[in-house]
Amino acid sequence: MSLTLPAQTLACHECDLLQTEPALAPGQTARCVRCGAFLARNPPDSLDRTLALTLTAAILYVIANAWPLVGLEMQGRRVEVTLIGAVQALWSEGMTPVAALVFGTALLFPLLELAMILVVLIPLRLGRVSPRMAPFFRLVRSVQPWGMVEVFLLGMLVSLVKLSHMATVLLGPAFWAMAALILTVTLAGRAFDTRLLWQAPPAGAGA
Amino acid sequence: MRLALTAREAGLMSCHVCGQLARHAGGAHLRCPRCHAPLHLRKPASISTTWALIVASAILFVPANLLPMMTTSSLLGTQRDTLMSGVVFLWQSGSWPLAAVVFFASVVVPLLKILALAWLTASVQRRSRRRLMQRARLYRLVEFVGRWSMLDIYVITLLVALVNFRGIATIEAGPAAIAFGAVVVLTMFAAMSFDPRLIWDPLAGPDDLARHD
Repeated sequence: MSLTLPAQTLACHECDLLQTEPALAPGQTARCVRCGAFLARNPPDSLDRTLALTLTAAILYVIANAWPLVGLEMQGRRVEVTLIGAVQALWSEGMTPVAALVFGTALLFPLLELAMILVVLIPLRLGRVSPRMAPFFRLVRSVQPWGMVEVFLLGMLVSLVKLSHMATVLLGPAFWAMAALILTVTLAGRAFDTRLLWQAPPAGAGA
Repeated sequence: MRLALTAREAGLMSCHVCGQLARHAGGAHLRCPRCHAPLHLRKPASISTTWALIVASAILFVPANLLPMMTTSSLLGTQRDTLMSGVVFLWQSGSWPLAAVVFFASVVVPLLKILALAWLTASVQRRSRRRLMQRARLYRLVEFVGRWSMLDIYVITLLVALVNFRGIATIEAGPAAIAFGAVVVLTMFAAMSFDPRLIWDPLAGPDDLARHD
């Protein structure tokens, strides 16, 4: 199937221009010569860093979902909500489509993304590359745009400001875990060199 | 003679998952030799799908703005808020940076997405060769900024869950929340179905677009 092209020829995924992929020094980024689209990055020590950050994110994800995110105190009564609790409140009110949307974007898709990245990266780290991982990585790619934890965090801040004049606002442990989760997921994304997945099986460990 | 050559002109197509180049061998259902994802020269039916999704989101944007987003019941009475009145409330209560954020995320971003995608799709359909770079950048902006319009959906979710003091104050979500959620999802699908490579295709000469659409 493949042609007699130089191995490093690639087509820009945004404008289809064929070009040679420049050799990237650690930390460098390649962009399309015509449209400027992001093509590849060569993050230092990619596999180990991505794996470490994704495992951290997985732990933070558990904390962010098991503990209350925010609470409200009004006339001696206190209400605390977890992420799933907030979804349930919407669901029981008959707002099922909206509840499902929040469940998917704030809870399910971020979980799928983390799980699938680990499913792909752990065998890669152990030196076992099999073509069977490919569907999992495709799943990561299709799920990624729908995970919106950072938007949820901003939504939390907006709703707390809205309520701050009528009640005392409390930040739960999950709030901070979620903020840290966003940071680690972003760093993991930056540390990840997707080209690792499609190269020949690495002889040793690492990038 | 141009020096630049696209994958399509070279008889190749690139896998949208792993980037592998494969020969475009005329078969209808080709799969990537490396990762097995379905291969397409361009996203299938990109223009018509994008148009359908843009029109649907533009229609739903109307009830999303006119219907009540939430209903607050308290000792002081019942108050219905639309998307805009929520922004006005934030502005008047002094938190104008947040009012600006919410206005941007819930009004500017969805409108910008609908208008920008309509312009992109129309210009691609006309096979326009003008402002290629601006259009490529605009598409990237639309893709990047789209997710932030989900903000108001999350605000409503948390308000409903938090303000649940029977007899003192409760907040319920209104029908606009469903319409607005649909706008966000549909515009995201619209951005995904648009193929940015179509912006650059007219440079490749009078190859007919319809064949690959």
